[in-house]
Amino acid sequence: MGEFKDIAHLIRLAGVFLFGLILFLVFRAVTIPKSFGQYGPFRGAALVELSSRPLAFAGHEACENCHPDVAELKAKGVHKSINCESCHGPLAKHADDPGNVKPVLPDVAQLCIRCHSENIAKPAGFPQVNVKEHFAGQACNTCHKPHSPGFDVGAKK
Amino acid sequence: MKLNRRQILLLLPAAAVAWDFVLAGNPESSPNYKMSDHWWGMLIDIAKCIGCGSCVRACAMENDVPEGYFRTWIERYHVADWHIENPQVDSPHGGMDGFPPGKTEDGKNFFVPKMCNQCVDSPCSQVCPVGATFHTPDGVVLVDYDYCLGCRYCIQACPYGCRFFHPKKHTADKCTLCYHRITKGLTTACCEACPTGARQLADLKNPNDPIHAFLKTHSVQVLKPHLATGSKLFYNGLDGSVR
Amino acid sequence: MEGFMYPNEVELQWSILIVLYPYLTGLVAGAFILASLERVFRVEEVKPTYRLALLTALAFLIVAPLPLQLHLGHPERSLEMYLTPHRSSAMAMFGFVYLWYLMVVLVVEIWLDYRRDIVRLAESSRGVRGLFYRILALGSYDVSPAALRIDDRVGWIITLIGIPSAFLLHGYVGFIFGSVKANPWWSTPLMPVVFLFSAMVSGIALVLSMYMLTCAMRHVAVDMRCLDTIAKYLFYTFVIDFALEMLDLIHRIYESDESFRSLDFMVHTRLFYSQILIQIFLGTLAPLALLSFTQVITFSVAARRRIYAMASVLTLVGIFAMRWNVVIGGQLFSKSFLGYTTYKMSFVTREGLLPAVALMILPFVILYVLIKILPPWQEEHPVVAEAHGDD
Repeated sequence: MGEFKDIAHLIRLAGVFLFGLILFLVFRAVTIPKSFGQYGPFRGAALVELSSRPLAFAGHEACENCHPDVAELKAKGVHKSINCESCHGPLAKHADDPGNVKPVLPDVAQLCIRCHSENIAKPAGFPQVNVKEHFAGQACNTCHKPHSPGFDVGAKK
Repeated sequence: MKLNRRQILLLLPAAAVAWDFVLAGNPESSPNYKMSDHWWGMLIDIAKCIGCGSCVRACAMENDVPEGYFRTWIERYHVADWHIENPQVDSPHGGMDGFPPGKTEDGKNFFVPKMCNQCVDSPCSQVCPVGATFHTPDGVVLVDYDYCLGCRYCIQACPYGCRFFHPKKHTADKCTLCYHRITKGLTTACCEACPTGARQLADLKNPNDPIHAFLKTHSVQVLKPHLATGSKLFYNGLDGSVR
Repeated sequence: MEGFMYPNEVELQWSILIVLYPYLTGLVAGAFILASLERVFRVEEVKPTYRLALLTALAFLIVAPLPLQLHLGHPERSLEMYLTPHRSSAMAMFGFVYLWYLMVVLVVEIWLDYRRDIVRLAESSRGVRGLFYRILALGSYDVSPAALRIDDRVGWIITLIGIPSAFLLHGYVGFIFGSVKANPWWSTPLMPVVFLFSAMVSGIALVLSMYMLTCAMRHVAVDMRCLDTIAKYLFYTFVIDFALEMLDLIHRIYESDESFRSLDFMVHTRLFYSQILIQIFLGTLAPLALLSFTQVITFSVAARRRIYAMASVLTLVGIFAMRWNVVIGGQLFSKSFLGYTTYKMSFVTREGLLPAVALMILPFVILYVLIKILPPWQEEHPVVAEAHGDD
């Protein structure tokens, strides 16, 4: 038992470490977010936060609910699979408050070119034109109805 | 479009229904969304992509993606003859403003949209020291912006280059598969905006999802299969030259 | 930017601070392993550097987390690594390896070795200084032969555990890079081993230089037997390190996989100065040549001192260049293997050159303080002017 005296300082050292460990465990219990581990090794509350972002695009079903006539017209032409907001931009705010939030009509000159200007990498069957040669100076919707494009000189819708 | 009074009276309740549809629930409070019913992936059809950049712009608008960084982007490939190990690739501003016409040279030219592969065995979540990037039970890899340290180990570990360091949040960031949309029954912003249907959201757990029939009848590939990341981003018609 | 890179790859993620971090931890591991040569393997010749090596290791280990803190996007959240460590993450597990090494190995070993001096200073000092030593002694003043024998025994065990712990400390850093399958410049099973041996080389070189420097500052003669032994171990370790790096290089060239062409181009262009000139020629071949001359030719004491000093400085620069080439080099090429970017190092920002230089100087400041608090030397040596030109 006399040896106990000789290792007293080591016991004190072990005591310091033990105290540190307990302090750490208490701190850990207090600081770890409550939802951590709920669904896996992450903070469960993050799922709620990440799925609660406000929407910018309303989705085509929201558009078609209020504008069934345009939807019907579009469904008959080659643009039938293009969703409304693809050209008209994000409109969730408009769907939320159609009276007060008015969508800005896209600039036809820029809009049509993005898809239809000719490019070596576009699929071969895809309608592409050389913009300068096709019909210089005039807006595309002078001859083509965006909602149902087909050659129709004079029509603007 | 000019509306008369009668039309407005009809339209307002329709708008309300539409908006309710848009706002329906989140994983915890929505009675309609159960995480265990879904396993999300995406299908990209190379033959249909026209490189218009609508997806890149839509994603940036939907998710406030900072300028100069990309949650999704488009690459244009030029493969001369048999040199499939030396393609020429460009991605001006991520394809956000479309592409210049390109030189008419002998060889193949095509567009490849890229985004987070939502890997099942993602190297990014494996290396995260604190669990700030993780898998949801419905198969989406997300970043917890309130927990991320910004050590950037995940950005180093991603083989596809789809992660970046957000300059304002000072955390890692990447495509969330529009988690806030898909949990409400909507599709992702990029798929919504794509004019040709080149991008299609897929729910691999839904037996009625058209992807199952598609996978049975088409030759599909994933990027860097040798790294066995369990990528859920399937490409139809991906050329061997694509990196 | 040259060629094609994925748009998010153009900006580098890990800066010079992340180059500094493996350099600092490497010096720690290397210095400790040199110290353990005396304690465990009874290499008596290096005893004069034992305590100095331990204090050097401690000074550098204290500074090691600082570049990481400066780099983090949210340093205030860094404790999360200890609260919710993700067990599959090498970085998270490293937090515990670091803590283990600092507290259990280094601090306890230093405490045990110095305990007699701490008790003496606790009893002889007054005021704040005295209080400090009394706290350090943990209120126990037993320095009987029996207690000291037990201290020696426990210290021996701690050093024994400390050797694999030091291997783990720096091998882990190598694993943090080596396990990233996305990056072919980093991903190799050799990475932890290469990191470890280059750490040992840099640590030994550091202790060698520190020993010569502190002897010069104290106007005390250098123990040439000690110095020759350290230089010998430096030489052997360097040969192994060089062999490992050559193996990696030859293997890459021979297998020539899809990444090789891109990496080869990068080394010859972007990394020409840092890898070919500084790391390989100046930092490896030159010190190896210098040290090998001393092993086969007998030089005078003065000549040997100069050669060792030159070799260790070149080594320290070369190993820093190696860390640079691994960390920065791994981010200069695109994972598409079709392009390259450049590292734009800023000067005064949080991750710039100035903080990096300050962090390199800080360990020496801390070491100075440690030497004052815990003097490694008994000042009973007669003060001797340096002898010149004798053997």
